[in-house]
Amino acid sequence: MEQVIANGFYLGAQYALIALGLTLIFALMNVLNFAHGQMYVLGGFITYTIYGQLGLPFVVALLASGVTLAVVGALMEKFLFRTVIRRSLREESTMLLAAATAFFFDAVILLLFGEKQRGVPKIVKGVFNEGGIIMPYDRMVVGVLALVFIAAFVLYMQYSRVGRAMRALAQDRVAAQLMGVQVDRYSMIGFAMGAMLAGIVGGLLVTITGVNSGIGGPISIKAFMMVMIGGAGVVGGAIAGGFILGMMESVGLTVLRQYGDVTYLVIFAALMVFLSIRPNGLMGKPWG
Amino acid sequence: MINRRATLKSMALGAVSTLAIAAMGIPSVQAQNKELKIGFVGVTSGSAAAWGTSNVRSMQTRAAWLNETGGVKIGDSTYNVNIVTFDDQKDPKRAIAGMEKMAQEGIHYVVGPNVDDGAAAVRPVAEANGIIYFPYAFPKALYQKPASNAVLGMIANYQSGPAIYKYLKEKQGVKTIAFVAANESDPLSQRDGGVEAAKALGLEIVAQNDTYQNDTRDFTPVLTPIVSLKPDLLVLSGVAPANAPLLIRAARELGFEGLISTETAQDAKVLEEGAGEYANGFISVGGASTPEIASDTMKEFVDRYTKMFGEYNDESNTKVYALEYILETLKANPAAIDNVEEFKKTIDTFSAPNPYLKGDAKLSYVGTTSFGQKRQLAVPMVVNEYKDGAFQTLFVGSVD
Repeated sequence: MEQVIANGFYLGAQYALIALGLTLIFALMNVLNFAHGQMYVLGGFITYTIYGQLGLPFVVALLASGVTLAVVGALMEKFLFRTVIRRSLREESTMLLAAATAFFFDAVILLLFGEKQRGVPKIVKGVFNEGGIIMPYDRMVVGVLALVFIAAFVLYMQYSRVGRAMRALAQDRVAAQLMGVQVDRYSMIGFAMGAMLAGIVGGLLVTITGVNSGIGGPISIKAFMMVMIGGAGVVGGAIAGGFILGMMESVGLTVLRQYGDVTYLVIFAALMVFLSIRPNGLMGKPWG
Repeated sequence: MINRRATLKSMALGAVSTLAIAAMGIPSVQAQNKELKIGFVGVTSGSAAAWGTSNVRSMQTRAAWLNETGGVKIGDSTYNVNIVTFDDQKDPKRAIAGMEKMAQEGIHYVVGPNVDDGAAAVRPVAEANGIIYFPYAFPKALYQKPASNAVLGMIANYQSGPAIYKYLKEKQGVKTIAFVAANESDPLSQRDGGVEAAKALGLEIVAQNDTYQNDTRDFTPVLTPIVSLKPDLLVLSGVAPANAPLLIRAARELGFEGLISTETAQDAKVLEEGAGEYANGFISVGGASTPEIASDTMKEFVDRYTKMFGEYNDESNTKVYALEYILETLKANPAAIDNVEEFKKTIDTFSAPNPYLKGDAKLSYVGTTSFGQKRQLAVPMVVNEYKDGAFQTLFVGSVD
């Protein structure tokens, strides 16, 4: 059972980091970014190219993934989402735009990086095997890095000037604007940060699970599930959702294994019942 | 009065006309050839893109090669081969649309689909429109009477599985076996076939219900309970090339020391990048490119594929065959070029040299034992073992 719990914590840490960027963009702009998974994939492929192909240090590759995706996110916000939000009163317009960008990214990534699964050399070799727990050291490093990134993000949002401005924007866009917050600027920074988080987690996890051009959609779906569990637009909710989903997956795959692939059936059924009782998830909106 | 716009318009029209006349006047060997359209309906996008992409690229490489060397002579005519492709996105509804498109284009020979439900879905369209198709899907009903238009393009798991398990039982002393499969129709049916084969050989099955979502990225939770059972052989039933290295790596990191095998084709580069040395000893089913058996033609095919697309895919070792069979069968009976009934008549007696294997291997249709009629390409059943970035031939079998 120790192994199952360790697996759950590790999964939770990586899931929480995946969900953070998605919930940030939703909180700031009320946009469901369907392309979040594709951004993760792009980050993974950038790290694959720089670290796996060019042989540069992993830190450089991770940095490049984050910066590239931040730029992509900023451009998307400035030239696509901002325009649509200004011109359309219908909320579904941004959803359709997000879906379109997801398909666009899928096609571009397939063209640029091909159809094959890609992987990179392990960043740390060896396996921890003590007290009934088996955990490769690279997973431990990635898990710790995920927790460090989550903590840094939460602290930045809580105490920095930019973080405070973005939280104000998430709580009440009009009031924030009346108080002098530059809505366009902070929306763009927020979108860039959300995309950057997707790129960083893609770069981190390419060392463990590799990357291929077709996994963007499924990653987005899992991120949506975490956000639904924790509450859309709430950082703490996304973190809680990630850990809950990771633990449910790990425990379910062990306890329910003799019944076949029913783990996700049970998770989805539980999610439906949960949402019918708490439609805003554990922590709900607005930003807490 | 002639103004500037009219002058520009006249000049543009003149230039276009001159180019058109010049283009029509250029003599070309290829332009004199007729066009032979061969279709492809399969998955070239999404998580299973590798399956169909290796298919379609094999066809495009071979077609370009043939066209470059003057085309294909069938009867009294010479043809340039034109590959018409349709991405079904692994969706049976789109597979039907793809097969309908092939029918509208007057195509009679189609390679694909890649998965069970797509192959089953297109059957009515193919039969109604006189199309012979070559699925990479294993349900026997597609190839048994009354069905007659589908020809299996590869070795089925119920043909390779028993051979692999028997080999490992006799040579490696395997006694216990565990199966894990994605929760999709193809892998599940392959798992069920594998379980039956293992039972028939008297192997003890320690796990057979463990499944995973096909989009799983971290397999440690899936494999933790299976590895604790310590089977001698872990079978990754119907595993997608993208998932194989992740499953192997997770199993080895959890301390699994037994053998790991699958009955699907894999790619050495993908295994090397995703699992590294953990993949050493992994057993899979391949085709014709291992050094021990590949002919010079096969080596040239690999070179041309690599030049055309930047990187070879080892899955193409089996997928190189379908187009070759279509063209060679048409050469054997030119009347089949627009009449699939003639093609079916030729299947029973067809034989031609296999250009991709060393020695005097033959292309022929098989499947009598499995399907009661010849509805399968005689692709060599090459069982490979992965070792340090490349496949080595473990043994070569055949089906009848």
